[in-house]
Amino acid sequence: MSAVPAALQEIADDFTELSGDNRLQLLLEFSDDLPELPERYADHPELLEPVPECQSPIFLITEVEGTGRDAEARLFFSAPPEAPTTRGFAGILAEGLNGLSVGEILDVPNDVTERMGLAEVVSALRLRGMAGMLARIKRQLREKAEIGPEEA
Amino acid sequence: MTIPADPAPKLQDYAHPEKLVTTDWLADNLGADGLVVVESDEDVLLYDVGHIAGAVKVDWHLDLNDPVTRDYVGGEEFAELMSAKGISRDDTIVVYGDKSNWWAAYALWVFELFGHEDVRLLDGGRAKWQAEGREMTREKPQRERTDYPVVERQDAPIRAYKDDVLGFLGGQLVDVRSPQEYTGERTHMPDYPQEGTLRGGHIPTAKSVPWARAANDDETFKSRKELEAIYVDELSFDSSEPVIAYCRIGERSSHTWFVLTYLLGFDNVRNYDGSWTEWGNTVRVPVAQGEEPGEAPVGLTAGEGR
Repeated sequence: MSAVPAALQEIADDFTELSGDNRLQLLLEFSDDLPELPERYADHPELLEPVPECQSPIFLITEVEGTGRDAEARLFFSAPPEAPTTRGFAGILAEGLNGLSVGEILDVPNDVTERMGLAEVVSALRLRGMAGMLARIKRQLREKAEIGPEEA
Repeated sequence: MTIPADPAPKLQDYAHPEKLVTTDWLADNLGADGLVVVESDEDVLLYDVGHIAGAVKVDWHLDLNDPVTRDYVGGEEFAELMSAKGISRDDTIVVYGDKSNWWAAYALWVFELFGHEDVRLLDGGRAKWQAEGREMTREKPQRERTDYPVVERQDAPIRAYKDDVLGFLGGQLVDVRSPQEYTGERTHMPDYPQEGTLRGGHIPTAKSVPWARAANDDETFKSRKELEAIYVDELSFDSSEPVIAYCRIGERSSHTWFVLTYLLGFDNVRNYDGSWTEWGNTVRVPVAQGEEPGEAPVGLTAGEGR
């Protein structure tokens, strides 16, 4: 079953309701507001996974409280200020997915990144990076919550 | 030329010192009549994070590429872009950007396809301006719309197509990608996503000079002497003979094209923008792998027709 979680849907609606230039401004806000890494990761950047699908350097890590689809998921991202587009993508995923259950995140359709009206303001080429982040988040969550492919 | 060239001593050694400006010069001339500053970056949001006051943004992908055909925009679209940005045909344009001016050089090259006469680069680009603690702003300039003329794009002098390259093997061909892309180990720069290029390697006979060898750590261009040591002494390139430069999509090779054309004064340099994403996907073109330039197949060398 695939469904877009409410928080992420709300963000998608915000983007699609805006005109092109304002969409870019909203992406900039997500970029500005991307939370800093907590100390346990800031001091150990090697624990984070790189996302090579992005043009700019971005690293992410997930945490899972418990196992199975009902376990709670936490997402953490790190990207430099010179990579604001990538930071913006990370900010959207952080706000839209953080604190949801593993199952809810695994059910997010893979093409959700294409449904926010971002392709026309950042180009479809650059959007691939956001899809890459989502794919890596899902893979980490599946591993950490010990969910086999048949249950996912 | 609308605005006098930057007289900075460092620039005067170059073949065309009028094509570069220093950060000092730009700071002194900001707001001058007939001067438009353009920022062009890899990251489409970087301008919005903060830019040089009065600068307008031109994005290589959204503004300069045709959205359907793999080509640049045509004369009508270019005129519309320039008009919307408030740029006139006789304005002096100074382009700057991230990554040692890759994308700025690429934008400058596209502007020159349309024969915009006075386009210059800011030596050191965005990084140098920032490192010097100069002012950046998020405020977007309100430039009055202009009526930029529709000019037909002239590709032939500075742009090479695949067939031109096929007839140029054995000529002064330079591959400016990373060593790993040249040998065929990777199809994109280290740390970048591997894209859908079906074959790795390089165009036979192309010599390898990664573009960044022309840049200093502070992202300015190396001195003329240092550049000559690379392209003239090391490669034995003759400035009166034609050169074709390529990379993956033509952006890094725009940087090398700029160096050879304007800093070293080569007479005839073309940028092959199809580059490896075209060549490495093309059926039955010759490919060389490994560190050696390799041989051109018989019948496919420069000057043998085609």
